[in-house]
Amino acid sequence: MELFDIQVITGNLPEFWRGLWVTLELTGLALLFGFVVAIPLAVMRLSKNPLVSMPVAAYTYFFRGTPMLVQLLLVYYGASQWQWMRDAWEAQHPLWSWFREPFFCALLTFGLNTCAYTVEILAGSMRNTPHGELEAAKAMGMSRLQSLRRIVIPAALRRMIPAYSNEVILMLQGSAIASAVTLVDLTGAARNVYSRHFAPFEAFAFAGLIYLVLTFVLVGLFKLAEHRWLAHLAPRKAQKAKEAQ
Amino acid sequence: MTHNASVEQVRVEDLHKSYGDHEVLKGVSLSANAGDVISIIGSSGSGKSTWLRCINFLECPTAGRILVGGKEVELVRNRKGDLTVKDPAQLQRIRTRLSMVFQHFNLWSHMTVLENVIEAPVHVLGILRAEAMQRAERYLERVGVWKFRDSYPAHLSGGQQQRVAIARALAMEPAVLLFDEPTSALDPELVGEVLKVMRSLAEEGRTMMVVTHEMGFAREVSNHVIFVHQGRVEEEGNPREVLLRPQSERLQQFLAGSLK
Amino acid sequence: MDALIEYSPSLLAGAWVTLQVALLSVALAVVTGLLGAACKLSPFPPLRWWTMLYTTVMRGVPDLVMMLLVFYGGQLLVNAVIDRFEWDFVEIDPFVAGVLTIGLIFGAYFTETFRGAFLAVATGQLEAGRAYGMTGWQVFRRILFPQMLRFALPGIGNNWLVLLKSTAIVSMIGLSDMTRVADQAGRSTHQPFTFYLAVCVLYLVMTALSGYVLGWLTRRYNVGVREAQI
Repeated sequence: MELFDIQVITGNLPEFWRGLWVTLELTGLALLFGFVVAIPLAVMRLSKNPLVSMPVAAYTYFFRGTPMLVQLLLVYYGASQWQWMRDAWEAQHPLWSWFREPFFCALLTFGLNTCAYTVEILAGSMRNTPHGELEAAKAMGMSRLQSLRRIVIPAALRRMIPAYSNEVILMLQGSAIASAVTLVDLTGAARNVYSRHFAPFEAFAFAGLIYLVLTFVLVGLFKLAEHRWLAHLAPRKAQKAKEAQ
Repeated sequence: MTHNASVEQVRVEDLHKSYGDHEVLKGVSLSANAGDVISIIGSSGSGKSTWLRCINFLECPTAGRILVGGKEVELVRNRKGDLTVKDPAQLQRIRTRLSMVFQHFNLWSHMTVLENVIEAPVHVLGILRAEAMQRAERYLERVGVWKFRDSYPAHLSGGQQQRVAIARALAMEPAVLLFDEPTSALDPELVGEVLKVMRSLAEEGRTMMVVTHEMGFAREVSNHVIFVHQGRVEEEGNPREVLLRPQSERLQQFLAGSLK
Repeated sequence: MDALIEYSPSLLAGAWVTLQVALLSVALAVVTGLLGAACKLSPFPPLRWWTMLYTTVMRGVPDLVMMLLVFYGGQLLVNAVIDRFEWDFVEIDPFVAGVLTIGLIFGAYFTETFRGAFLAVATGQLEAGRAYGMTGWQVFRRILFPQMLRFALPGIGNNWLVLLKSTAIVSMIGLSDMTRVADQAGRSTHQPFTFYLAVCVLYLVMTALSGYVLGWLTRRYNVGVREAQI
């Protein structure tokens, strides 16, 4: 028996391609949602009023303390437990019917999950704003909201790039569990190919290779972003070398 | 003063040290007898610290001879072309005879003050823990930091840390104490307490080799001063002579600069 | 609620399986990580390259894909070997496959943690050891290793929390961990939400307990570190 047959891969390229597309769509949309929602939530997370900060803290605690796979199963399979939900599906309710769609459930779960991590990363970064910069903003007559919008958040977004790049890569890899709710993402495609040809090495090693390449691309993109937006934090030596050029 | 002043503890002959093409030491020599306090002075980059670090082989010299306790250290060339001690047992003996106090103290941060002081006596000299504790308490008392024996180094001031480091060196009961700029990393107001301890050690008749920027210490405490410039001994002798009536222009410039 | 009580013994048995997978994986990962860090810091270039390849691949491929590869691919390899020597059929155990995969993946993360921690130890600390006549092994055991461990502790804690949550994927290769038990109980009682939520709570309990233990360890091993005054 052959342990590796390249034709298993070449013969199923369209399926891998469709799976890759699903993976990219899921990851990209979830990250976009998570990032946008994380900004106001991070501000709330740092509020001195516990009525504002506690709900956000509870939300991030739940999503960061439990596996994303269980969250996904909870949303997709769990929804059907409720009679009102089943009734709404019966009546083809425009909103609740989405919970029958695996793609929507995966997107919602992934989005909420990455949002929770992003909130904590961003809040941590905002907490590290140098005290002097805030004082300077105050001295210039900026209001609280102004200094938040003009100084704290922009600076925090830049400083969080390294930690956030990690989160993006983890999200990409975490999205592999989408196949648990019947979605045919890249991993799902590999599982289909495996069960059709009983060829685990070809199927999973090829999928793994694609994930690896995607990871490299992301790492490269974030290196560029750091170079562009984090130049002010680079060691002095690097700055001098730059000036000398 | 119980030491026999004629016993030679350390002798260095024609020591060279290069890093690649850059020669830091260009043939320096010294001899330290029991009870000697030798100050090595010079501007930064003159090679004075490297010299001291070659004596206990934290740096490997490129050429030269070293005698410790009258016995020549057997050297072999390593792959980089520097000289290392041939016999690891002899290297260990040398290092237990010559205790070093570092510029940045280098106290082991995960151990308490007391643990720092008993570590090498127990694990290198192999003396009993109880005896090492007695020794440690005695020397910590001696340098005035006994009350911090259960603290961690990070919780002490620089001056206190350096005094602990001196107690750590004393607990080895070495023949010679090597000081590598012991006050350079200290805030000005903390320098005094360390110098006071060093001065009292000198008065006990201990053999000391001190790389320093403290001209007052060099002048008043040491009995021999060596001025190093660009890897060479530019001038040496009795500190009162050398520091009060410098012959070479470079030493005159150096002293004028350090008085500012 | 009655269903939950009825199924609580099997759910707890599943929690025990999860915990076993997590603990064995982390033990494997720590050993692999120490070896990996040693290789990455070794003066022998091929050793560094191979370790680099290992950490890159393990951190660049999703844990699920790796696990499916080990589980199904491993079975195929075993079958091939068995055919060759005409042995009895051996089935790859999902427990073994799970522990191996998670242990080796997190071994890569621990490699980076330990490597960074080794490099974080100030050279002066080691120099002082040498200056007092310690042998290389003494410097390693008495100074380098304990100090490294202190620097590594936050990373170890972080890796453990991520690893603990990763164990849920073993349910996808058929191991009866608590996620799989919840899946089955949810189907037969038509209360999937209740059971998955129970699993979430169990994970939160494990996370909270870990946090408690890690806090205690940090306090214990961080002695002698002065906290930054904010």
